[in-house]
Amino acid sequence: MLLILLGVLVLHLIILILLIVSTAASAWTVGGDSSTDLWYKCMTTNGGYHCRPASNADWIQAVQALMILSILFCFFSLIAFLYQLFRLVKGGRFFFTAIFQILASVFVMCAAIIYTVMSPDDGSGAQFGYAYVLAWVAFPLCLVSGLIYIVLRKKE
Amino acid sequence: MLCIVWDDSIGVEKLPEQSQAIVIYTGWERHALIGSDIRLSCSFFSWRWTSEDVTFSWTYRPDGSRDSISIFHYTGGVAYVDNKGPFRDRLEFVGNPGRRDGSILLKNLDFNDNGTFTCDAKNPPDIVGRPSSVRLLVFEKVPIQAGVITGAIIGVVLGLLVLIVVIYYLMRFLVARRVFSLSVSKHGKKKKEGSQQRQASSLLSFPHIPSSSTSSTSSFSHTLRHMYTSS
Repeated sequence: MLLILLGVLVLHLIILILLIVSTAASAWTVGGDSSTDLWYKCMTTNGGYHCRPASNADWIQAVQALMILSILFCFFSLIAFLYQLFRLVKGGRFFFTAIFQILASVFVMCAAIIYTVMSPDDGSGAQFGYAYVLAWVAFPLCLVSGLIYIVLRKKE
Repeated sequence: MLCIVWDDSIGVEKLPEQSQAIVIYTGWERHALIGSDIRLSCSFFSWRWTSEDVTFSWTYRPDGSRDSISIFHYTGGVAYVDNKGPFRDRLEFVGNPGRRDGSILLKNLDFNDNGTFTCDAKNPPDIVGRPSSVRLLVFEKVPIQAGVITGAIIGVVLGLLVLIVVIYYLMRFLVARRVFSLSVSKHGKKKKEGSQQRQASSLLSFPHIPSSSTSSTSSFSHTLRHMYTSS
C-alpha cells in the first residue's frame, strides 16, 4: 500500500518537473544555429549569442498560456492529492486530484497540437527540440496518472 | 573739461547676444497602418521669446539607407514642402510656429515610408541644440501586444475554475439546508428512533442530529458544524 502511494507520488512529481522544464526551456525548435521556443528566439551568429522575443503571433501566446495552465493544474492536483490523502473518508476516491490531473493533460495535449500544426517552416533544417518532445511525453504520463487517481481508493 | 571724442573711422559693432541651448521634442516611435495619415509632432523649448526668424526643418532617412533627404523647411513665415522627393503631394504643414509647433502631416502611408524623421528647429538667437528624431513604422495591421492573449486565456480559465468551485460549494450548502429542513419536519415523528439517524456520512448525507437536542432552532448551526466535521 505504501509502495503504491510512493509510486503515485513520484510519478506526479516527475510529471510536474517535465512540464516545468518543457515550458521554461527555450528549445521547441532547433535549427543549425538558432533555437526558438515559446519565449525567445536565440541565434548564434558570428558575433555572439543574440536573443530577441518570440513572435507575437496569436498561436504562440495560446501555446504559452496552455503550458502555464497545465503546470498550474498539475500543481493544484498535487495539493489536492496531499489534502485528500489526510482528509478523505475511508473508501473514497480521489476525484478532485483526478479531475485536475486530467485537465492538465488535456491542456498539454492542446498546446503540443497547436505548436505542431502552426510551427513555422523555415526550411533551414529546423527540427523539433527536446522541450517539444518533453511536452509530448508529459501528456500520456499525465493522463495515466489521472486515470490511476480515479481508480485509487483510500484504504485502511 | 572732459570731452568724449567719437571716432567714426573705427566703427562700433553691436555684439551679438549670448545664445543658449534650445531643446527639441518629437516622439520616439510612431506606428501607423498602411494607407493612413499620420501627424509627426515637433516642438521646442527655448528661454527666449519666439522670434520672427524661427525655422523648422524636417529631414527623412529611409530604413537601411545612410543618406538623409530634406523634406520640409519653414523660414521667414513661409512653409516650403517637398515637391520633388518621396513625399511630394503627400506632405502638409499643420504646425503653428507662433506656438512653437512645427508638426507635419504625412498622407497615404506606404511601406517605403518606414524610416527616421528628424526635426531641427532654430529660434534665433538660440540656435545651439540637437535635432530630435522619430521613427516611423508602417504596419499592415496593428500587431497585438505580447502577452495579452496569454494573460487572457490564463485569466479566463482560472476564473472559470474559481466559479465552478464556488458553485459546487454553494449547491452543497443549499442541498444540505433543504435536506435539513425536510428532516427536521420528520424529527417530531422519529424522535424515538434518533439513534438510527446517526449514520456514517458520505458527502451529501442527512445531517447528523444528536438525540439530546429537542428544539430545532438551536440545533441548526450545531447540525451544520457536525455535518462538515464528519464528512
